[in-house]
Amino acid sequence: MSILINEKTRLLVQGITGGEGSFHTRQCIEYGTRVVAGVTPGRGGSDVSGVPVFNTIEAATEKTGADASIIFVPATFAADAILEAADAGIPLVVCITEGIPISDMVVVHNYLKGKQTRLIGPNCPGLISPGKCKVGIMAGEIHLPGNVGVVSRSGTLTYETVAQLTGLGIGQSTCVGIGGDPMPGSTFVDILEMFQEDKDTRAIVLIGEIGGTAEQEAARFIKEKMTKPVVAFVAGATAPPGRRMGHAGAIISGSSGTAQDKMAALAAAGATIAPSPAEIGITMKKMLER
Amino acid sequence: MKIHEYQAKALLSEFSIPIPTGAVATTPAEAKNIAAELGGKVVIKAQVYAGGRGKAGGIKVAKTPEEAEKLAGQILGTRLITHQTTPEGVPVGKVLVEKAVNIERELYLSIIVAAANHMPVMMASEAGGMDIEEVARVSPEKILLEYIDRAAGFQAFQGRKLAYGMNLNPAQVRAGTSLMTNLYRLFQVKDCSLAEINPLVVTADGEIMALDAKLNFDDNALFRHSDIEQLHDAEQEDPLEARANELGIKNYVKMDGNIGCLVNGAGLAMAVMDIITHAGGRPANFLDIGTVNDVSRVVNAFKIFTTDPSVKAILVNIFGGMARVDTIARGIAEAHKQMDINLPLVVRLAGTNADEGKSILAESGIEFIEATDFYDAAYKAVQAAKGSYK
Repeated sequence: MSILINEKTRLLVQGITGGEGSFHTRQCIEYGTRVVAGVTPGRGGSDVSGVPVFNTIEAATEKTGADASIIFVPATFAADAILEAADAGIPLVVCITEGIPISDMVVVHNYLKGKQTRLIGPNCPGLISPGKCKVGIMAGEIHLPGNVGVVSRSGTLTYETVAQLTGLGIGQSTCVGIGGDPMPGSTFVDILEMFQEDKDTRAIVLIGEIGGTAEQEAARFIKEKMTKPVVAFVAGATAPPGRRMGHAGAIISGSSGTAQDKMAALAAAGATIAPSPAEIGITMKKMLER
Repeated sequence: MKIHEYQAKALLSEFSIPIPTGAVATTPAEAKNIAAELGGKVVIKAQVYAGGRGKAGGIKVAKTPEEAEKLAGQILGTRLITHQTTPEGVPVGKVLVEKAVNIERELYLSIIVAAANHMPVMMASEAGGMDIEEVARVSPEKILLEYIDRAAGFQAFQGRKLAYGMNLNPAQVRAGTSLMTNLYRLFQVKDCSLAEINPLVVTADGEIMALDAKLNFDDNALFRHSDIEQLHDAEQEDPLEARANELGIKNYVKMDGNIGCLVNGAGLAMAVMDIITHAGGRPANFLDIGTVNDVSRVVNAFKIFTTDPSVKAILVNIFGGMARVDTIARGIAEAHKQMDINLPLVVRLAGTNADEGKSILAESGIEFIEATDFYDAAYKAVQAAKGSYK
């Protein structure tokens, strides 16, 4: 098994005709993902790499039965794209787009309340269940099917971690990038809960970063609810306070936002902390051999 | 994005929030004229992007226009060093000259988006004029919170709860509630990430006004606020950060080490800084090149490295996903074609189109140190910066 996506997932691509949208549509198809539809307003009736394009999500889901969506539309229109997908009742919406205003995300969260849609991102690499399905922009070939779940606020640091795991022969059940924004659609706790339930996930890698309190909330959940082992790393120990380190969510304000405080909270909850970002894979290997 | 106090106050005033009378001066003579026009005692406040101005000597009181001229002359053109700035401080190009106010009470009012609740929250406290984080730590019961429903907006009853909670009298409650409503409107309309009035004062005449003001704006929303974007004062930034911003490199933060870092992704860029430190070195900067798909941004990153005298080695660590490794490699080659770069270069390429990127670099004839993995890259960069890698 895996979480959120598998070989049955029927993917729709929002913004399929754009440069990134069309490139990553091809990459997802090559990986084996069933990409059933694309949406670009005004481009309905055309196709991208054999995938039919529709003007609206409503029309696309009616014709193709898409049950997951990935969003590549620019930040200016991205909140609207998320709302359109939620309105059409798509159960899983993955928003890759970076730079969505926080007030737009307040509207999105308000709209999603009480709806069935699960949002992953924005400002994230998406997710992959190796060997089954890729709904994201990560390089598929670095992954290996297996039993370790990966959840991370960072995109490229996730690739780094996955490459380390795969290099050591440790496969992954599902890798989820929850994104670097301060108000992600899904949190560490949401994903940890699913990994805890998933029969085929034996252990989890959690990659946090400075800013906010998501890692402390994850620590609380690990302590109270999790029986599976967790390896954790928090990036940004060298980051100065008060400065935004790329991600809108990565600003140290108050002591709870520092990497040191987050790693201490995770360690106190029973997670094993990797001593450096280059040693996440080896830390997991040692733990699995124990 | 930050703006100056005088600009924040102009915005408050635009949204009907009372502020002290005053004007901004760039020369001592201007300060004298403003003080003469205001009459009586005035306050002269250094305009910088940093808190802690009072203790650092950036706020002074003058009794006469002549004294205002003299004191403004002591502040203007200097660099103010506060507990929030670097040891070099920030330049003072302008002072705000305001009519002094007779203060009876100092309160606190602010709005931020509470990320965990997915909604804005207004915070109010009777403990104004102090560091609010300290108040929150020592006596959290002194901070009152009202979460603001997106659809309903800030309601009058919420204003009354906060105003009575701060022990305002009935006449002040009405003024306070309307001030709060206006502050929320400003926060909302201008896409603020922080709107803070500290202190919010009750004057001896019973009037409520914003004695100080801090407005920060959501960088991601600036595309719809060109009026706000042009308020930015690049002089207040580190010169290298200002230059990077000019060159379209938005995610650059100057650090105190000597290894110039070019990385894709904020998390990986932070991890690269962490691992350089772990390997015994120090990064010269944080730089997330972003989802770059044109070579010019990479060339511009190298322009920053060559401008920064502290950079002794360059480390490029790219794990391609959205950013394609081949584009980065072309950018590195182009940078070396355009500029005479005499710094040791350590390159580690992985991910989408990595092999293509490696062959582009190999064919370019540039001298570089190839790293196989993340730690190897950091280790080699640390050695190269020491001049001990051959």
